[in-house]
Amino acid sequence: MPDESLHLSVINGLLERHAGAAGALLPLLHDIQERIGYIPDVAVPEIAHALNQSQAEVRGVISFYHDFRTAPPARHILRLCRAESCQSRGAEQLAAQLRERLQLDDHGSSADGHISLRPVYCLGACACSPALELDGRVHARLSAERLDALLDACREDA
Amino acid sequence: MPILYLPADSLARAVGADEVSTALITQATERHLPLELQRTSSRGLYWLEPLLEVDSPQGRIGFGPLTAADVPSVLDALQDPTFQHPLALGLVEELPYLKTQQRLLFARAGITRPLSLDDYRAHGGFEGLARAVALGGEQTATAVFDSGLRGRGGAAFPAGIKWRTVRATPGEQKYIVCNADEGDSGTFADRMLMEGDPFLLIEGMAIAGLCVGATYGYIYVRSEYPDAVAVLRQALNIARTAGYLGANVGGSGQAFDLEVRVGAGAYICGEETALLDSLEGKRGYVRAKPPIPALKGLFGLPTLVHNVLTLASVPLILAKGAQFYRDYGMGRSLGTMPFQLAGNIRRGGLVERAFGLTLRELVEDYGGGTASGRPLKAAQVGGPLGAWVPPSQFDTPLDYEAFAAIGAMLGHGGVVVADDSLDMAHMARFALQFCAEESCGKCTPCRIGSTRGVEVIDRLLAAPDQSGRDEQAIILKDLCDTMQYGSLCALGGMAPFPVVSALKYFPADFGLHASEAEQ
Repeated sequence: MPDESLHLSVINGLLERHAGAAGALLPLLHDIQERIGYIPDVAVPEIAHALNQSQAEVRGVISFYHDFRTAPPARHILRLCRAESCQSRGAEQLAAQLRERLQLDDHGSSADGHISLRPVYCLGACACSPALELDGRVHARLSAERLDALLDACREDA
Repeated sequence: MPILYLPADSLARAVGADEVSTALITQATERHLPLELQRTSSRGLYWLEPLLEVDSPQGRIGFGPLTAADVPSVLDALQDPTFQHPLALGLVEELPYLKTQQRLLFARAGITRPLSLDDYRAHGGFEGLARAVALGGEQTATAVFDSGLRGRGGAAFPAGIKWRTVRATPGEQKYIVCNADEGDSGTFADRMLMEGDPFLLIEGMAIAGLCVGATYGYIYVRSEYPDAVAVLRQALNIARTAGYLGANVGGSGQAFDLEVRVGAGAYICGEETALLDSLEGKRGYVRAKPPIPALKGLFGLPTLVHNVLTLASVPLILAKGAQFYRDYGMGRSLGTMPFQLAGNIRRGGLVERAFGLTLRELVEDYGGGTASGRPLKAAQVGGPLGAWVPPSQFDTPLDYEAFAAIGAMLGHGGVVVADDSLDMAHMARFALQFCAEESCGKCTPCRIGSTRGVEVIDRLLAAPDQSGRDEQAIILKDLCDTMQYGSLCALGGMAPFPVVSALKYFPADFGLHASEAEQ
């Protein structure tokens, strides 16, 4: 685990920018995660102090929202849509293919720290289901072959 | 060479529009062809995306769906005035799918560039705001009321009543909040509108702000829509510079400004009071009503909360008049609705029509049936909390009251089509599992009921005999009843809809006989 206190200057810089705004916590957490890759534990007391909230409140918000991570992510983040529209076009088979190929459950990170897998419920690509998001980019009209090709590309990037 | 148009919409990009664009630019350069390529919004004819359009004397000619590999032959075809190509579609606006639509809200879709103020103004943009400034707040509220516009997020509450309430409520500060947390599977109209026509939403919110006396607004966009967030943020800056936001909105002498806030992956934040809590920087926790947000909303102050499509309908109502809008639709469902065809459908896309066409017309005439070619089994209308409607009920008109009468709901207008391979017992279990995952936890029927519901379905499916299954089916229906009538908000209150409809119309998927399922 790297020394998280190294992130404090980034965190305090962002706190200064957001602290005065109304309802600042979500934008602040988004910015911290974007800069650091996750919400480090050292950020919590700093945020609580700056926003005049308890640490429990801040932790409650971080854990409530699916987007916020409290550990560094893998190099690639793959989110397969598992909602109804994509299920009606075979998303469950693609999920099984992912589990088999990466030897992961639906929420895991591969042992080499290469791919994090997460379900997502709707990417707004429902007219061309099934869909997934890989590192922020949506791919729709997926097939087993395209999924394999996307995974191959991730692996080559090692 | 004539001007070419290619959508910059995120779904067009997800099926290869950027690759087509790159190939066009590279190869046109190699051939020394002068190329003007405009990245527009999408028509919403998604089965044809990436859809390239080219100007011709008769109108725009389409080519699609293209891949980068088609680009050399398309460039050849563009040299010939008859545009002969295997993927040529003829005049895009003559395609029956588009020609038969009634595009009011999506009038600019596929035509204009999302961030071009000139394009927007050339196609009627800001006429509604100018009219609202001229009319004043009282008459603006009357126009919205008289138009019959109802909330497009799903609840279908009359918009004019909300506007009048917020307008009449004193407050040191009032807010306009746009609910752009479009989390329902099968819906994408909000995304299309925000990515493709952002000034329309901004104009609608500015009109709302002037009318009710709000000086600040928020657009709460789900984090799954990063393109919409980026486009809106740029559009806000452009609109502010041009004087459509700021201290003197559209020359009205009144101030209104707004900002984009990004959600964080919680489905429940699409519920308006949870959304308000989220905007305040808290967990998305559903509030008990009353007090309604119109009286005590964001930070406890009067707040007008509307879905994207509701706010975006307002400029047109002001520009063309309430009567123009009322002339579309049926019964108490007035105006047009952008229906969204999704799932296992041959021609998925956006179909904006006046209320009143039937589900069958939508799924069969526009959608062309299932993409797989297998028999149609059901359509889930209105998102994950909507009922599964069997083909025997497909002649129901798409109207809020008609759908309520068959125990279903129109919701946000999304339609997910399924073929006979989809197991409805699995989908019923999924609906409750999703509810358990996304419940905010405030009320017991939703928090506990959803988890117990998944367990009951598991026991039902594992039961060794008919009587065991029947017993569990009775428990499941009781539980659904408790959730429906005892939950605080629509998540727990409507998650039973897909479960009960699956049980009722597809008992065989649960190993039940029709007669027992009907009990």
